[in-house]
Amino acid sequence: MTYNVGDAVAVGIIEETPIAVVAEGEAAKKIEGHSPWVLAWRRLRRDRAAMISLAVIVLIVAMAVFASVIAAILGHGVYQQFRGPSPAGLSPTGQPVGPGSTFWLGTDDQGRDIFVRIAYGARVSLFVGVVATAVTVFGGLVIGLAAGYFGGIVDSLLARFMDWLLAVPFLLLAISLISVVNVHPIGPLKPGLPVVITVLGFFGWAAVGRIVRGQVLSIREKEYIEAARALGARPWRIMFIDILPNLLAPLIVYSTLLIPATIVGEASLSFLGVGILPPTADWGEMINNSQNYYLYGSWWYLVFPSLALLITTLAFNIFGDGVRDAFDPRGDLFV
Amino acid sequence: MTTQASGPAGSRDGDVLLRVENLVKHFPVRSSTLIQRGARDFVHAVDGVSLEVRKGETLGLVGETGCGKSTLARCVARLYDITSGRIEFDGTDITRLSTGKMRPLRRQIQMIFQDPYGSLNPRRRVGSIIGDPFAIHHTASGAERKRRVQHLMELVGLNPEHYNRFPAEFSGGQRQRIGVARALAFTPKLIICDEPVSALDVSIQAQIINLLADLQRELGLTFIFIAHDLSVVRHVSDRVAVMYLGKITEQAPVEQMWAHPRHPYTDALLSAVPVPDPASLDRRERIILVGDVPSPINPPSGCRFHPRCPKAQQRCVDEVPDFIPRLGDEATHLTACHFPVMDGEDISQARPAISADLRVVESSIPEGSLTGISGGEAS
Repeated sequence: MTYNVGDAVAVGIIEETPIAVVAEGEAAKKIEGHSPWVLAWRRLRRDRAAMISLAVIVLIVAMAVFASVIAAILGHGVYQQFRGPSPAGLSPTGQPVGPGSTFWLGTDDQGRDIFVRIAYGARVSLFVGVVATAVTVFGGLVIGLAAGYFGGIVDSLLARFMDWLLAVPFLLLAISLISVVNVHPIGPLKPGLPVVITVLGFFGWAAVGRIVRGQVLSIREKEYIEAARALGARPWRIMFIDILPNLLAPLIVYSTLLIPATIVGEASLSFLGVGILPPTADWGEMINNSQNYYLYGSWWYLVFPSLALLITTLAFNIFGDGVRDAFDPRGDLFV
Repeated sequence: MTTQASGPAGSRDGDVLLRVENLVKHFPVRSSTLIQRGARDFVHAVDGVSLEVRKGETLGLVGETGCGKSTLARCVARLYDITSGRIEFDGTDITRLSTGKMRPLRRQIQMIFQDPYGSLNPRRRVGSIIGDPFAIHHTASGAERKRRVQHLMELVGLNPEHYNRFPAEFSGGQRQRIGVARALAFTPKLIICDEPVSALDVSIQAQIINLLADLQRELGLTFIFIAHDLSVVRHVSDRVAVMYLGKITEQAPVEQMWAHPRHPYTDALLSAVPVPDPASLDRRERIILVGDVPSPINPPSGCRFHPRCPKAQQRCVDEVPDFIPRLGDEATHLTACHFPVMDGEDISQARPAISADLRVVESSIPEGSLTGISGGEAS
């Protein structure tokens, strides 16, 4: 008959168990445990490019928040047109005035201060960037979670809808949709900010939804999900308590990278004349309008709003890269 | 988990905690091409299993990878909907119980999982993981929950001060203790241990097994213990059931099984257990089974073991053997075999008496037909 391996090993080990636990306990006091968030923040702090980008973002946010203060200090209202001789916002021939001591970044075709309008334009860009991204991520998260977790017919319908949405030519549909809404507002879908945010969110969530769905499909097969089901956890609890924390890191990374894309999206719509309605200050609208005057030498009108857009999106992108590296030093995050 | 005085031999019917009757679980397999979507095969993961588990005992469940052990466990825990059959737990038929009606019963049936890394959510703190049962069933919250979680941690030999740590900060053995603590929250009547020690190294295995044994003694737990390590199963179990390709081939009290293995498959498994004393090696010839477990999509006819059985005859191909006591065994020792192994018989030199095309020969495994399926763990 075979010798009983389990017996011998078991007898030898059982007395050692408490010792092992105590020793582990002492060692633990020296090695302090940290949550993944703390560790990620520490790695982010060491990333110089990300920290510089963060400083730039803070500056831009401050500029947006204090836009009215800037306007008050300079004495130039955002809609104020300086058509008179002093201060002269327009040249004697009616052209925009270049950068100088009065108008730091020059004036536009209406004789308005470009610096003040860039500051006010930052409000629109940041607001749309953050809110539309939040809508996009939230929609994608909820729908992706449902599709991935429930599977079956729910998944088939939602996944096909997401595929369809991703296949739709965004710009064409967005332009026609907004053009219609601008003439016939549909309920809360009013011209300007509401319709721009809605359109950006509607066409954006599918990309997030697909990513979330894919992640959920792999996470739901994990044993800890099975353990939760064995404990009697309800679907919503599994989705939001067990699965969601595993999605947060990739979602945060995706969001920080989605904000600049959304800002560009909003600027594009305004550039095409279907976004933010004049006379609201907006970078895309300014860039569009400046083209006519660039021909006559008003380079500042084109360059400064473009630079504002460039610096903002660049800062968010570099910061997003840093966040990704901080959350995932090994590089196996999906973004 | 040592054999107890109130062993299975003298138990009455009222002692039965779990009764499984003719349990069948088939998984549909979609064909990979888009056009033939309607055409479906089925993986016969569990195919007519009946067993009983009595209060306070440990039933060992052994078998090769892919034989349906884990599927059986998950059917009993109602993590899968079963295809047909009946599961009765503590006098209640739970076969078709709705999710809502099943929920209160889940306190009584718990699982301990194989992978101590996969079974704990890496993004949640240990206290929150162990406190999950209390949160799900709304039985304790706040300070009361914390107190009970720390009590559980103490019970399984963890430092209660590690309440706020993440699973990644623990070793494999400690993680398995966390899994045990979570399963113990409501002192369940039945705990299904799905290979709880296979992923641990040998010394840690012993710790966990002894922990489970202590807890069983203290709390009067009943275990279904799944493993493929026969020495572990022998150490922990009161009774053992051997599974092969979705069916139970032999079931007996543990010492009976080791002393008188009746099924050639059991005999082969036992002959594969390493013997620490080389001098005794000659006492049992190693029986080497040829080939792999056949595909559970299209299982062999008659006795499912016949393609690999050294004693196979034509009757094994034609006729499904009954699951009854053989060769004058006690009523507790059941074997599904037409030609059971007699005491002292050496089947290592036996040759099957069926035509070669019915047998599995090592070189004749068609590529992709068996290997792909038996390679994965049919959980």
